[in-house]
Amino acid sequence: MIQVNEHPYPYHVGMTIADLVEQLKPAADLFIVNGFPVSRECTLGEGDSCWLIRRGEKPTAEEMERLLYARHTPGVHERIRRASVGIMGLGGLGSMVALALARIGVGRLLLADFDVVEPSNLNRQNYFVDQVGLKKTEALKSNLGRVNPYLTVDVIDTVLTEQSIPTYFAEVDVLVECFDSAEMKAVAMRCALTSLKGKAFVGASGLAGYGENNSILTSKIRERVYLVGDRETAARPGEGLMAPRVGIAAHHQANQVLRLLLDVA
Amino acid sequence: MKIICNGKEMAVREGISLEDLIMDLQLNPAMVVAECDNRIVLREEYAQKILSEGAVLELIRFVGGG
Repeated sequence: MIQVNEHPYPYHVGMTIADLVEQLKPAADLFIVNGFPVSRECTLGEGDSCWLIRRGEKPTAEEMERLLYARHTPGVHERIRRASVGIMGLGGLGSMVALALARIGVGRLLLADFDVVEPSNLNRQNYFVDQVGLKKTEALKSNLGRVNPYLTVDVIDTVLTEQSIPTYFAEVDVLVECFDSAEMKAVAMRCALTSLKGKAFVGASGLAGYGENNSILTSKIRERVYLVGDRETAARPGEGLMAPRVGIAAHHQANQVLRLLLDVA
Repeated sequence: MKIICNGKEMAVREGISLEDLIMDLQLNPAMVVAECDNRIVLREEYAQKILSEGAVLELIRFVGGG
């Protein structure tokens, strides 16, 4: 057997890419075998993994699912696919956490921010020059759709408060705090420990500048409540927010979300 | 009198409020989550919350940036 676009397919000696194209996907114009681009004349071997691609064509929902199941293993991916994650604040942390979770196929993301994309955001946030001036909620939803168009992405375009957070995010499996303001970080943690007690929560504090990589830690605050960061380095003149270190913290957060979803945290 | 703050014994003045203690620690009360004797204290209660001898306090301080 060989694999063609993640489906098993019977192998015979002397089989070429051209044979597969003719039988399975006549419009294909790009051929990958075991991770490398090949020509139409390429002869295949038993066990090869082939992709027949038409340039510019979107994979179907089924193809995307098969890819993710194959890479994550079915048991793991089923849990990711069924998960719902809320992200509060779509700056350097939130936009990157959302990207990581969309790439692994988290089934539903609920994204909240009130702000628009500014040129000064581009040194660290998952937006592009041509998105300056757009609402972050809409710009991010569009970017995530380019990664995986088959996820459910809902947005909340409002200023969150201690009163509204528990209402908006009552249903998510994990809530991620990615605010810029220290006051709102405290508000979110207080919600996690009171009105949303029991909800899995991942916050962040202390990620500005270019301090040591390994000073960014993930600390357990309470059962299923975590805080990422060095807990000290505030954004201030001379110690700005920069893509590398904010990204380290964002990916600590994203991996902690995954660990919570998989019940290993 | 003595209290325990983040696991360490600390001498504070009798009758001090949570708000004043946080300010004495050079922190901004709005950027701190406080738990006193296993109960999370709401932000609007900081000024009225008078700490008693032996109180066990956990303060989580937040800094800006995201």
